[in-house]
Amino acid sequence: MEYLFSSAVGVLAAAGVYLVLRRRTFPVILGLSLLSYAANLFLFASGRLALNLPPVWVSAETAYTDPLPQALVLTAIVISFGMTAVIVMLALGSFLSSRTDRIDMDETGTPPSDDEGRA
Amino acid sequence: MIGFLTGPGLDHWVIAPLVITPLMGAVMILAMRNHLDLARIFSVATVSVLLLVALGLLWSSAGDTIVAYELGNWPAPFGIVLVLDRLSALMVTLTALLALAVVLYAIGSGWDARGRHFHALLQFQLLGIFGAFLTGDIFNLFVFFEVLLIASYGLMIHGGGARRLQAGVQYVVYNLLGSTLFLFALGTIYAVTGTLNMADLAERVATMPPESSSLIRVAAVLVLGVFAIKAALVPLHFWLPATYAEAPGVVAALFAIMTKVGAYAILRVHTLIFGPDVPVMAGLIGPGLLWLAMLTLVVGSLGILGARNLGRMAAFAAIASMGTVLIGIGLFTPQATAATLYYMIHSTLAGAALFLVVDLVRARRAGEDDRLIPQRPMPQNGLIAALFFASAIAMAGMPPLSGFLGKLLVMDAARADALVWVIWAVILITSLIAVVGFARAGSLMFWKRPETPQEAPLAGTGAGTVDGTVAKPVAKTRATPAAGPRQPALPLAATCGLLAAIVAMTIFAGPVSGFLSATATQLHDTEAYIGAVLTREGDAP
Repeated sequence: MEYLFSSAVGVLAAAGVYLVLRRRTFPVILGLSLLSYAANLFLFASGRLALNLPPVWVSAETAYTDPLPQALVLTAIVISFGMTAVIVMLALGSFLSSRTDRIDMDETGTPPSDDEGRA
Repeated sequence: MIGFLTGPGLDHWVIAPLVITPLMGAVMILAMRNHLDLARIFSVATVSVLLLVALGLLWSSAGDTIVAYELGNWPAPFGIVLVLDRLSALMVTLTALLALAVVLYAIGSGWDARGRHFHALLQFQLLGIFGAFLTGDIFNLFVFFEVLLIASYGLMIHGGGARRLQAGVQYVVYNLLGSTLFLFALGTIYAVTGTLNMADLAERVATMPPESSSLIRVAAVLVLGVFAIKAALVPLHFWLPATYAEAPGVVAALFAIMTKVGAYAILRVHTLIFGPDVPVMAGLIGPGLLWLAMLTLVVGSLGILGARNLGRMAAFAAIASMGTVLIGIGLFTPQATAATLYYMIHSTLAGAALFLVVDLVRARRAGEDDRLIPQRPMPQNGLIAALFFASAIAMAGMPPLSGFLGKLLVMDAARADALVWVIWAVILITSLIAVVGFARAGSLMFWKRPETPQEAPLAGTGAGTVDGTVAKPVAKTRATPAAGPRQPALPLAATCGLLAAIVAMTIFAGPVSGFLSATATQLHDTEAYIGAVLTREGDAP
């Protein structure tokens, strides 16, 4: 299970980094989402992976699964969800006002033409 | 009020900055969304109250007591604590002072009317900054980082415009990457230590066996990376120039404290938890940070010299000042910390003043044009030039203002280090580069006139064609300079206020650096912090 879990985190993070390095806003946002999924899974695993165990320690039980990372993941999910919404709106506003969805900008102020460098 | 604060009710005042700001922010959104005047009154009142509270907290922290406020009365390692010591009280006060100047400037210049919810966003921004300074829990630090970031996204694109939105997208993407990195770092820290309370972490990391240290060392470097993004440490500074240059000037002035949040977090986490004396951390952070800080200073100074518009120049000046701050932090001695705190306060005020001056210039030139090209004199040319001169002197670290003293203190603190000559050379040479850069910018903006011979007569009429390519858009749109619209006085007053604070820091350099020495001593005395936070663990039933 550990191998499956860690490779899932690794693949998600790798795909996320690849997409973040693209030139258009849409793949970059997708990449950020994948990265945040990877981070959430990673956080979840930081309390050790345990199957079929109660989340809180009761004196009768000797083994339990750590509830704190689950709370942390919830917080992280809420935050990354909100942030994704913000950046989607922002990217949309940027696209509508400058007629290009390229993520880079040049210094002169004229937005780069939409045709060159298709991502 | 002061008496109130030192009484038994003191504990509860720690949370006041974190209660007042979201409350007022919510009230402003719900009740004043269409009443700008009301929002302005409430904003000024709130920030003034916050400044008073912050001064009260600063006053009470000067007694060397560290107050740990347990949220929900949960005992320390299990619940979240807010911790008030000298350093956090100092940073809160600095933030409140800056916020007052920013609010007054925004009202006076009408920036808050160019978009919606400026004042509410400002309150939430302050909430995030205060929270980051006050929290004693590293996951809570992440949450407050997100609060201050999401408010800053709103403030950064305040007023709109294609360029600003594009720069905003870059800024948000960069910081979301930083947040993801922070989550990975926190996961690693929790997996290794099983706690997120800073004091508890400090205790556990200090007793870790050096042979199984690889994961915690990775975590220490990861959090350093996160904070370095915030602090604009080269090579993680790429978000800063475009963001600061494209953001409204008044927002960029507020953002002067944001890089310091990163510096504060490095200072706190990498002295308390991952301090240089901790066995598992031996030689990991300090030397590398020092070299990168010097590189930051060099890149920032070259940026000042090479910038083609005023906004980017001020942004690179902010990067350069972070270089000096981070050099002081990278030395990791109490003396260097005291020096760097002095420079940090100074550079926050000076950086904010510089951005306000940039905005004053933009407001007086047609089309908000801040390119570094000669133009006809703007209204109040002499006054603005004097303000630019003062803030440039402060930023470059020339005598007689406190930037000079700050750099001197940092250099003095570096004397014990093996790299002393390198550090001195970097600081002195970059100061010279910055002076040249500022002098060039100032003389181009305020002194030099356009070379086109027709320009002077045309300036009086404000019409006709100009064959000079550089000044072309200006001559068409601009009315006669002297008869321009009356400029409001409040923005000037706010800028002068910041400069006056710098002058006060220079005059009272003795008492201020005395306080900062005590602050640094307290910061490096990790036992006191851990004792104050975890003291009630044993008493709990």
